[in-house]
Amino acid sequence: MTTVTAINAGEGAGLYALAHLDALESEAVHIFREVAGEFERPVILFSGGKDSIVMLHLALKAFAPATVPFSLLHVDTGHNFPEVIAYRDATVARHGLRLHVASVQEFIDDGRLRERPDGTRNPLQTVPLLDAIEKNRFDAVFGGGRRDEEKARAKERVFSLRDEFGGWDPRRQRPELWQLYNGRHSPGEHVRVFPLSNWTELDVWQYIAREKIDLPQIYYAHEREVFRRGGMWLAPGDWGGAKDGETVERRMVRYRTVGDMSCTGAVESDSVSIEQVIDEIAASRLTERGATRADDKLSEAAMEDRKREGYF
Amino acid sequence: MTSDLTSGEQAAAAAVERSAATSQLRFATAGSVDDGKSTLVGRLLHDSKSVLADQLEAVEHASRSRGQEAPDLALLTDGLRAEREQGITIDVAYRYFATPKRRFILADTPGHVQYTRNMVTGASTAELAVVLVDARNGVVEQTRRHAAVAALLRVPHVVLAVNKMDLVDYAEPVFAAIAEEFTTYAASLGVPEITAIPISALAGDNVVTASANMDWYGGPTVLEHLETVPVGTDPSQDPARFPVQYVIRPQTAEHPDYRGYAGQIASGVLRVGDAVTVLPSGRTSAITGIDALGTMVDVAWAPQSVTLTLADDLDISRGDLLAPSDHAPETTRDVEATVCHLHDRPLRVGDRVLLKHTTRTVKAIIKDIPSRLTLADLSHHPAPGELAANDIGRVVLRTSEPLALDAYDASRRTGSFLLLDPADGSTLTAGMAGDSFAAPAKGAEAARDDEGWDF
Repeated sequence: MTTVTAINAGEGAGLYALAHLDALESEAVHIFREVAGEFERPVILFSGGKDSIVMLHLALKAFAPATVPFSLLHVDTGHNFPEVIAYRDATVARHGLRLHVASVQEFIDDGRLRERPDGTRNPLQTVPLLDAIEKNRFDAVFGGGRRDEEKARAKERVFSLRDEFGGWDPRRQRPELWQLYNGRHSPGEHVRVFPLSNWTELDVWQYIAREKIDLPQIYYAHEREVFRRGGMWLAPGDWGGAKDGETVERRMVRYRTVGDMSCTGAVESDSVSIEQVIDEIAASRLTERGATRADDKLSEAAMEDRKREGYF
Repeated sequence: MTSDLTSGEQAAAAAVERSAATSQLRFATAGSVDDGKSTLVGRLLHDSKSVLADQLEAVEHASRSRGQEAPDLALLTDGLRAEREQGITIDVAYRYFATPKRRFILADTPGHVQYTRNMVTGASTAELAVVLVDARNGVVEQTRRHAAVAALLRVPHVVLAVNKMDLVDYAEPVFAAIAEEFTTYAASLGVPEITAIPISALAGDNVVTASANMDWYGGPTVLEHLETVPVGTDPSQDPARFPVQYVIRPQTAEHPDYRGYAGQIASGVLRVGDAVTVLPSGRTSAITGIDALGTMVDVAWAPQSVTLTLADDLDISRGDLLAPSDHAPETTRDVEATVCHLHDRPLRVGDRVLLKHTTRTVKAIIKDIPSRLTLADLSHHPAPGELAANDIGRVVLRTSEPLALDAYDASRRTGSFLLLDPADGSTLTAGMAGDSFAAPAKGAEAARDDEGWDF
């Protein structure tokens, strides 16, 4: 249920101001429809994380009462939270969508990828992703990336052209003006599209609350076995667990982002409802990734380097 | 479903609703490398408490490792490794911050001379531009360029931030002279609203908190002004424009005959019952329904994304434009426009390009490049033959199919277009249809009004 909220936008704006969530929603829907109009084989990267859930919700709205004219792609690290995989499969079934899965585990099993010494698999997602894009000839790939997440992403375009290696060269990106998105590309190239470019973490949560979107339960506070590593609470699982000197204990935690279990940390929290989560985020003094993602802490230029390789 | 909520839950839900109902301002910054722009932006983010602990920690760490004592707030925004190495900003970066009153999207654009195209890019979606000058240098050539770009792109509000007031002893006469000179200049270019603010980004004067050093200044701080400036235009003053993006045809048992035209209202207001004309075909119908992303409404306005249904089964597809029958734009295949060339390959007379206007892309030929504009003194260079990257000039085009083009000064969204390279798809040029001060006065060397010009 959507109502356009009347707001006071300063003198002179009159009756026709749009609340920022309505403005962001209209912009994202516009982006989805542009891609539907200009590309042959678009795909939405869908991980069961909150950003991809919001993306899918917006795509469903953009084409109602018809179905979404795109398939979904999940790059599965093999270290996902079971709750998230269950959510993913239920969502795909409910909307009658087609899901492609690119599996990091398969690439490791057949020797095309090698496990890293630190056990984290996030950086290993690039190869299976590019392989799936090439095999399925996807020409537009929707990602949930937001420009507020990290300094290198602040320069990302809404339509981001990638070469056949998936590479991103910040100096070669096309200027993007007005609301005119240029999706033209040569065979072998594809375009990454970021409909949530202008959203912040708080916007995403406020939108989830307003639209009453269901999320995997791990986004809300629950009791879980965790241990401390690298300043983060990690949850043991199939990927591994506590080593010598690390103690497993039960704590009330929730997740602010959902990714690979080996490098996605939980935060201690009692927020069991979405309103409490929003209050907690609004008051939080740590950015989303800084608090929870080990892989972004690797170096000041870590994200920039990974984007150049074709990672998101 | 609110009936089975407790009053506590209702209050919480209302709080969420309230916090989500703030307006949004898109603004751009322009200033040269040495004017302290990164410091101003860093200060805005820092003093509005938009910088979070881990970001600040990273900045403090990087500052220490470079041997700087105080945290260098400019490091909050200089994102890419190449820039950090050169100490400059090379591209448009978007930043986000919010106060309880308003949410902000900032297009942070480099002010260096060869980056005109970046400022043009940032200004294209901005409702306000902050132009930074160094109080010691006053209005310099670069400042005039920034004012001209803001005016050409029709940014409705311009803020002149006179920075480094601490280095001129916070002297009012210094500020007043710069403000006067800039305001006269920008007003002569047609900038509708100009606000001058004396600041010190380094010390924090008048960025977020009012300065104790300049009690002679009674106006708002930069942030106060950003929070209160009117957002958007009143769409009821503009004719409606609806470029069709996509035709929704479910063809299901539930919706066997449904045909919806999806798009984002580019300007104006649409109501159920409105008589509309489809361009370029000229066929007419009436709006029977407006679906505002799941809610059927009687009225919708720019920039809402909606789906329209019409009374008649017309042949309408992506690239068509719906407009009120009594306010439809002219269609034309001859386009005259002010352009900013963006690409390293020059634009030449005779070039065959693609022209992308709203949701429509057509072939076009560059018939003529009558003049190039020198931004610093607004002089015209006749018949330059080509436009290089960062050049602003006038272009005459002929298109393969008619376009329903408005003048850019009437509608930024339906008066703008891009030129693309048909071979590799590159974005070549940004165009603004219709007249502007980039066009030489008709009738050879018409005598120019010298008032307020300082050559």
